[in-house]
Amino acid sequence: MSRKKKAEELELWTKDIVAEAMGMSFKKLHPGALFKNPIIFATTLCAALATLAMIEAPDAFSIQISAWLWFTVLFANFSEALAEGRGKAQASGLKKSTQNLKALLYDVETKQEKEIDVSLLKKGDIIICHPGDVIPQDGEVIEGVASVDESAITGESAPVIRESGGDRSAVTGGTMVKSDWLIIQVTSEKGESFVDRMVNLIEGAKREKTPNEIALTLVLSGLTLILLCVVLSLKFQGDAIAKDAGMTQLNELSLISLTSLFVCLIPTTIGGLLSAIGISGMGRLVKEGVIAKSGRAVEAAGDISVLLLDKTGTITYGSRRAFEMYPVGEAHYDELLRKTFLASIADETPEGRSIIEFCQKNLRGDFPKTDRHKTFFIPFSAETRMSGVDIDRGDHVAQIRKGAVDAICQHVQAKGGLIPQDVQEIVVKISKEGGTPLAVAADGILLGVIYLKDIIKKDIKEKFAELRLIGIRTIMITGDNHLTAASIASEAGVDDFISEATPESKLAKIRSEQMLGNLVAMTGDGTNDAPALAQADVGVAMNSGTQAAHEAGNMVDLDSNPTKLITIVQVGKQLLITRGALTTFSFANDIAKYFVILPAIFSAIYVSEGHGILQQLDLMRLTSPQSAILSAVIFNALVIIALTPLALQGVKSSNLPVEKLLKRNVLIFGVGGVIIPFVAIKLIDMLITNLGLI
Amino acid sequence: MQWKDILEILLFALPLLLLAPRFGYWLAHRLDQEQPTNFEYNFFKFFGFRFGPQTAKEYFKDLLIFHLLGLLAFFLIIYGIRLATEPMSWHLALNTAVSFITNTNWQAYSGEVSLAPLMQMLAPTVQNFLSAATGMAVMFALIRGLRNKDSNTVGNYWLDLFRSIGYVLLPLSIFLAFILMSQGVVQTFDSVINYVTLEGQHAQLQLGPVASQLAIKQLGTNGGGHFGVNSAHPFENPTALSNYLQLVAILFLPIALVFTYGEMLGRRKHAWTIFSVMASIYGIGIVVSLLAEHSSNPALQGMPFLEGKEWRFGKTASILWSTATTAASNGSVNAMHSSLSPIAGMVALFNILLGEIIFGGVGAGMYGMVIFILLTLFLCGLMVGRTPEYLGKKIEAYDMKLVLLALIAPSCTVLIGTLLSLVTDVGLSSRSTSGPHGLSEVLYAWGSASNNNGSAFAGLNANTIFYNVGLSIAMLIGRFGVIFPVLWLAQSFSKKKILAGNAGQMSIESWMFGFLLFSIIAIVGALTFFPSLLLGPVLEHLLMLRAHVM
Repeated sequence: MSRKKKAEELELWTKDIVAEAMGMSFKKLHPGALFKNPIIFATTLCAALATLAMIEAPDAFSIQISAWLWFTVLFANFSEALAEGRGKAQASGLKKSTQNLKALLYDVETKQEKEIDVSLLKKGDIIICHPGDVIPQDGEVIEGVASVDESAITGESAPVIRESGGDRSAVTGGTMVKSDWLIIQVTSEKGESFVDRMVNLIEGAKREKTPNEIALTLVLSGLTLILLCVVLSLKFQGDAIAKDAGMTQLNELSLISLTSLFVCLIPTTIGGLLSAIGISGMGRLVKEGVIAKSGRAVEAAGDISVLLLDKTGTITYGSRRAFEMYPVGEAHYDELLRKTFLASIADETPEGRSIIEFCQKNLRGDFPKTDRHKTFFIPFSAETRMSGVDIDRGDHVAQIRKGAVDAICQHVQAKGGLIPQDVQEIVVKISKEGGTPLAVAADGILLGVIYLKDIIKKDIKEKFAELRLIGIRTIMITGDNHLTAASIASEAGVDDFISEATPESKLAKIRSEQMLGNLVAMTGDGTNDAPALAQADVGVAMNSGTQAAHEAGNMVDLDSNPTKLITIVQVGKQLLITRGALTTFSFANDIAKYFVILPAIFSAIYVSEGHGILQQLDLMRLTSPQSAILSAVIFNALVIIALTPLALQGVKSSNLPVEKLLKRNVLIFGVGGVIIPFVAIKLIDMLITNLGLI
Repeated sequence: MQWKDILEILLFALPLLLLAPRFGYWLAHRLDQEQPTNFEYNFFKFFGFRFGPQTAKEYFKDLLIFHLLGLLAFFLIIYGIRLATEPMSWHLALNTAVSFITNTNWQAYSGEVSLAPLMQMLAPTVQNFLSAATGMAVMFALIRGLRNKDSNTVGNYWLDLFRSIGYVLLPLSIFLAFILMSQGVVQTFDSVINYVTLEGQHAQLQLGPVASQLAIKQLGTNGGGHFGVNSAHPFENPTALSNYLQLVAILFLPIALVFTYGEMLGRRKHAWTIFSVMASIYGIGIVVSLLAEHSSNPALQGMPFLEGKEWRFGKTASILWSTATTAASNGSVNAMHSSLSPIAGMVALFNILLGEIIFGGVGAGMYGMVIFILLTLFLCGLMVGRTPEYLGKKIEAYDMKLVLLALIAPSCTVLIGTLLSLVTDVGLSSRSTSGPHGLSEVLYAWGSASNNNGSAFAGLNANTIFYNVGLSIAMLIGRFGVIFPVLWLAQSFSKKKILAGNAGQMSIESWMFGFLLFSIIAIVGALTFFPSLLLGPVLEHLLMLRAHVM
């Protein structure tokens, strides 16, 4: 899996994407586009001002400063364009799949088909899809059963069944019917299907900012305003001091220096990378096979404190497995196994297969042989609640049955057999441990009881423990009775459970958790899950589920994997962590920049022995005032490019407890942010001095 | 430094560390009643006040109208009744009135000659109580906002005002005033003693009701003295004990209220964390100042910094006072800040410029600190992967807008004001000297006004139309430009639901949080004022080391 991901990662750094992003960086210089990002807009104004000043008096210093200020803007645009490009590459396959398609409009009454262009499809239209047809829009199957290839969206090559009614009635635009046919009612207008929404989240131009992103932009803009006052005030304070020191004018206090100082101080790093972080966060989710309907939901996922998880498929493997067999009465273990084996040969359910496996593993001696012509399989029916086999032995027909305990008991009693005393005891014991008992009988004699157990997924307990560390409680939902549920809950290590769950009890649980101030996430697929999905703060609908569930949730998991919820929470957290880390880094950098630029600007006041008095504060002993300012500006521009990969991939999020995570990030991005620029600016200064650029 | 100095610092810290927290807890229980008591009910009914819960808008409206009336009354008393020896000009009267209603107590006048004794009692002393109580009231409104959920109200202004004065400020002031009188602080309606000096000249000694004003001046972080030279005057600060008591009184309530805040929110540990951050910034300031003061001045051939210090009490007492009065937004002085060594002066200046949040004004310091707490949680809290929240309240874009307003209002006023002073002739000519020290004077004046401190770097002649009017505007922005967003924040929080506290959120009690809060305060302060401090005190210090005489 991880290797596959790495390969994808590399693929997205292709020449095409990088080249296109470079082109886009220039296109994004359009004032309308720039205005959306106040920090970069301010940087652009400064670059323009510096350019004007440069034209007035061009020299090596002013030319290079204005060039680097423009680079700062371009680098910020580039990071955004790159994130968009990667997102588009991920989404383009989806988009292509529904372009230039024809749809077959279906008239229910006359049963006639009419070909129209997809762009003319409206919500509510009824269409028919034959084998090989691409389903043109999201919709709900109203008639027919078919296997559908969803690999274009999910990447999963095995086709899935879609049928009318029940929980597998929703189809997604862009998937292909492989066999049979489907009559589908279109449920979304053009431009509003899941694929369209996903593309919108990834494309910068149409992207809506998430609440936290808006708040952060606001804070950055506010601090920029303060810094504007600082630089303005500095100009006049500097002039006054220079005048008092007996100088007519301070050359270094020029427009070029002041714009440089301003750009270096305002948080260009986070300002430039902010939208790239948001876009790539959505992109990461898409890569995990989740479509979010809004960025807001993804952000909310990071805040989730309670996860409602379905037991089946999430906590346990979908099916129960044979765990043990208990002979009863005078029956022998081997005989029980042999008869059970016979009764289960034709049982294709996962439970049946696990029983066969159990018998094969534990049976000593020969396997019973069956003659095809003398063996008649009795399938399971809801009425008899048992299945089995009839074997013609010549003189009599051997009836072997396996099924629900009470059904088998009735069957035995009807044949005149007795129910051994120990059955009840074993059945109670199995139920208490959370298992399901099945009884086996042959020729009217009760042979024994099979212990079917819910097998808890590997590593799930560890996963829940990790979640607890980062402050998330898990609640298991199951239709099982209280006893069974309690036993599985304790084995899996969930914090709470709801047994004999109904849609109403799920909804009530979500409400009560929300009343306590928790944010709740859940997954669901059926129509009856819709109210709970809508009520939850993050509701993830399974792609295999009904249209109603799709509509109610705020995300759709294309792989229909309930465990995905945990990944979604992590992606949400990572998004916020990356923003916080780069903001911290951005402000921590300012300390070094002050120590570089201010002594340089004021190098000419109170000079003695060739050094300005304030140059004592130039801790790095940079070559000259001009090289110092230029180095700071170059560092400021390059750091955007250097941090672009981090913005795109997100800060590594590990499931550390909060305090440790905070400590780690403060150390790397806070303390690192103070130290790194001192070193980097010194290196840049040495480099540009040696290259003779200044 | 001698062992006596160390002992002095310890003695100073003792009541603040031991008594103030306990007093803060006690205050929380005494004042924390949602419903008015019978006595309050009857009192309010008698005067016809509304005492139901108010929305932030109603709260602010009442507060604003009350202050405008106070401003008008103050102005009429000191400008209209021309009883004093040197009546004030309209702009000086305006400046003084604004200064007292905003808890700034900037004094561009000398109280003993510009105000008659009765006027001193009616105008400054009354406002000393009201402005301090308003600071406490706004803090209580903020606390209620943080505690409420799905509510629309933040409490009642009149009730908060009444309780703050009636149960806290008035009893404490009476108590302190009596002790100060026992030390020889004057308290009389006789305004002048005429006497003949040894040389046979006629001279006057100014007297007045000093003790009653002095007590609330210190307790309410007001700082406006009866005398122009404030607590450096023997009648306002006669003995070592009176000096000590005043010093403790400056910081006592601001510290106690940090613990009241914590106790009312049920988060004592959080209060200790906040206190530790304040105390460490304050402590660093004291150490730096003391080191600077106890060094010698190369420009004076290695002489120590003696000029302008109060030699009855010594240098250490002067430094303790200068740091305390600037950390708490008090502004009273017992030595002239202009005479501090450049670095000690910078510490005083920086304390003010940080926004009066290191203990700060009564109530005002704590709610100012909450602004920085919210900024810290917002910037650093993201790093744990959760939408930032404070005490279970999500911090959203609207809240951050208010936080920024509260940050920008005072700091941009200082920067723009300084800029205006430097480009106008009247602004420049008021300086006592040119060069870095002159810049410090201007910066200090604007900083002191915009952050409602009220102390002066002396030297600057602020009694001009330019400074009187300009600083009045700065004081109003600094006071109401912060109260407004804080009340609206209280309203915003009041409406929000309280999210369950759980392990997923960063702790607001850990040392890590303290470290981050400290860093954010230092970095935001440094980002905003480092250039100005560099050109002012730092440059002056470097020039002094070079023995450069200006």
